[in-house]
Amino acid sequence: MNGGFRIGVDVGGTNTDAVLMRGREVLASHKSATTPDVGSGIVAAIDAVLKQASVAANAVDVVMIGTTHFTNAFVEARHLCRVGVLRLGAPATLAIRPLIDWPAPLRDVIHGHSEIVGGGFNFDGRPITPLSPDEIRRAAREFRARGIEAIAVSSVFAPVNTDQEQEVERILTEEISGSRIVLSGRIGRIGMIERENAAVMNAALLPMAERVIDSFRRALNGLGLRAPFYISQNDGTLLTPDVVARYPVLTFASGPTNSMRGAAFLTGNGEALVLDIGGTTTDVGALVQGFPRESSVAVDIGGVRTNFRMPDLLSIGLGGGSLVSVEDGRVRVGPRSVGYQITSEALVFGGNQLTATDIAVAAGYAEVGDRDRVAKLDPATVSAAVDEIHRLAEEALDRMRTSSVAVPAVLVGGGSILINRDLRGCESIVVPERADVANAIGAAIAQVSGVVDRIFSYEKLGRDGALAEAKDEAIRHAVAAGGQPASIGITDIEELPLEYLPGGAVRVRVKAVGDLVLERTV
Amino acid sequence: MASGMQLTLDHVEDLARGAAVLGTGGGGDPYIGSLMLRQALKDGGRVELVDIETTPDEAFLVPFGLMGAPTVIVEKIPNGAEFVAALRSMERHLGKNAAGVMCAEIGGLNALLPLVLAARAGLPVIDGDGMGRAFPQLQMTTYNICGVRASPMVMADEYSSTVLIESERSEEVERLGRQVVVAMGGSTSICLYPMNGADAKRSLVRGTLTLALGLGRTIREARRSSNDPFEKLLGYLRTTPYYQHCRILFEGKTVDLTRRTTGGFAMGNVIIEGSGRCAGRRCTLTFQNEHLVAREGDRVLAIVPDLIAVLDSSTAEPITTEALKYGQRVTVIGISAAPIMRTPQALAVFGPQAFGLPEPFVPIEKIPDSAVPRTAA
Repeated sequence: MNGGFRIGVDVGGTNTDAVLMRGREVLASHKSATTPDVGSGIVAAIDAVLKQASVAANAVDVVMIGTTHFTNAFVEARHLCRVGVLRLGAPATLAIRPLIDWPAPLRDVIHGHSEIVGGGFNFDGRPITPLSPDEIRRAAREFRARGIEAIAVSSVFAPVNTDQEQEVERILTEEISGSRIVLSGRIGRIGMIERENAAVMNAALLPMAERVIDSFRRALNGLGLRAPFYISQNDGTLLTPDVVARYPVLTFASGPTNSMRGAAFLTGNGEALVLDIGGTTTDVGALVQGFPRESSVAVDIGGVRTNFRMPDLLSIGLGGGSLVSVEDGRVRVGPRSVGYQITSEALVFGGNQLTATDIAVAAGYAEVGDRDRVAKLDPATVSAAVDEIHRLAEEALDRMRTSSVAVPAVLVGGGSILINRDLRGCESIVVPERADVANAIGAAIAQVSGVVDRIFSYEKLGRDGALAEAKDEAIRHAVAAGGQPASIGITDIEELPLEYLPGGAVRVRVKAVGDLVLERTV
Repeated sequence: MASGMQLTLDHVEDLARGAAVLGTGGGGDPYIGSLMLRQALKDGGRVELVDIETTPDEAFLVPFGLMGAPTVIVEKIPNGAEFVAALRSMERHLGKNAAGVMCAEIGGLNALLPLVLAARAGLPVIDGDGMGRAFPQLQMTTYNICGVRASPMVMADEYSSTVLIESERSEEVERLGRQVVVAMGGSTSICLYPMNGADAKRSLVRGTLTLALGLGRTIREARRSSNDPFEKLLGYLRTTPYYQHCRILFEGKTVDLTRRTTGGFAMGNVIIEGSGRCAGRRCTLTFQNEHLVAREGDRVLAIVPDLIAVLDSSTAEPITTEALKYGQRVTVIGISAAPIMRTPQALAVFGPQAFGLPEPFVPIEKIPDSAVPRTAA
């Protein structure tokens, strides 16, 4: 019998954090530097929490890992593969070729070959052009001849009807054995170019994703962990490693998401604004029913416009390492920062740069480093900088509110020491215990989800009928993702009536979330 | 006609941003249009902007645009060839060859598409349009007001299938056209208001493509040099022939937003709580796709057809009514519409009463300065 232990790990750009939990209790936590070879950092962090709590590896039920690996790889154009784009939509869409507005360095690395063939749907599900299997096979041979490693398939109105994309996947698989194929309708939303971009982005990460997942698996096996492991995605729920190997983009921005989920858990408050203050930036997000609010607009990632699901985050240049300067008698804080070099560059750590952390120490409310090194700072400057730090935080919080009602705020991250007073517009401010490992806790407590996002005809189905169908479908997806049926509930329903269109066309998004069924392996 | 300015890839971003300012909150996101224009230029297309003064009176000119649901336009992207097909169909029907392409609407997406047609058809574009901004219906043009008929109108789909509508009544063209849009899948390319050079000279809102380029360029340059973009923007507008009456109407934070969809239009109100020079005051904007009126209490700060644009306070990026949300720091600017858009005939078609507003039209320059904050310039 297992002990009901869960491990959460968050692999950030700078730190790898781990926690060991049983039920709601955090038994152990550990913070260490992220290693170039990610696997060994994870092993070290897990090993440390198991030792701290004297728990045997085989007593662990499940391991959840959050990682920024895929986001960083894309933004830095590292380890990406060449992608073939197969768009279904001709004769429509020819006026804009795939990847036309990508930054040249990314496009040069990723773009293998594009084909725009007959296919696609109208908003009402009527095909623009029937698929021609011969045309698809010809395109497949072209991709194969060019040594394309992954293919992104994008069809007009795929979110309304995925039939053609699925048929194309079948044909491509027949033509190119072992091919990696990404269907746009499984990733993005309405907005053909942004959805195609998302599919291409995902395709470019596939070979790397397979390698990373494999390294995680080997790392865990090496520790003697036989428990299943999951990867956190950016809505605060979990994916199986197999799914991440096929849809790595779903992990983008999962770091801030895990921090927010951890903040919700640590404070017991599911309706709050969360400030995750790091060394260089502060990410502000909003919790709604315990989950991060999603962005409703196109999001720019590495200069590429996409529309797959991302948390609604505001990032500002305020962190523990933010540089403080006086220009024309006005005190400025950030956006430039000493970043991870804070432990050598900040005054209190023996450096020569005046940072936000130095201000917090000089003002007497933070206790890190050597206070004597900031004793001679001009009190007026310190006081003005403290005001500026709080003003920046207040403005960021205010921009993330959806109404003028005061809301509770939660501070997490190492830079939370910068804040020591009430912030305007906040009903309360809480810095929970273990705020420094909120991200790993967020990973450890994650659930599974299922989402539906497509156009329904209210005239045909009636509103109640359409919503019932959407909910059923979302719940089925959540079960398929490993959810325990009895625990699944609907967390989000969004209806967007489509102007101009007949038949009561309404875009409906429904999300269902539930607890993970733990596969008892012993 | 005399040759004019050549448009290049470097102009596309400026034009799109300027068109979004002139969209006054509506007009559709120019993004898809800017991608289409980029591709047409990359493919070797040339676009030349010409002044209507240099165009012969007998030259045959055809305005062009897209009509349809924004959701469809971002999904079923045009082919490009159907733009040309619509134009050719119009030429065949009227038995003459086009000498140039015109814009019907300079605000938003439809500012860029005539340039895509021009590049593909090898024709110049007349510098100007029929709205001087964006409006929700196709009879709301200076062409209509000056007696140019909307019909014949040609509509084309991605197969270059075309439908031709002829009617004496512009409102009927709009009504029938909407039915065809649905049958064609929710988005169509349209040529309408065919006219000759003489008609264009008396009905055109002149120079608005140059204006959009200038607005976009001014915002871009002000950002790069970290100057106050609003000061630069107003400064630029004051150098133009009839957009020169302009001022910051209000600045603050959006604190309330109501929306409803009625008859295919996005209607609503946004309330802005003043900050800085406007601290302690409140401004309400009412929109129907585009912003129609800015009020402080009962007092009108600016009203349609004068332009009301909402821009991000730090970057001067135009914000569409769709993208408005709580907590944005915004600056609202008011700009005078061209004299041709302020005549009694014009006001009957797109003045306040045409949108069901109770207030009469008052030109922005006649609204007392005491009602508005001091501008930065």
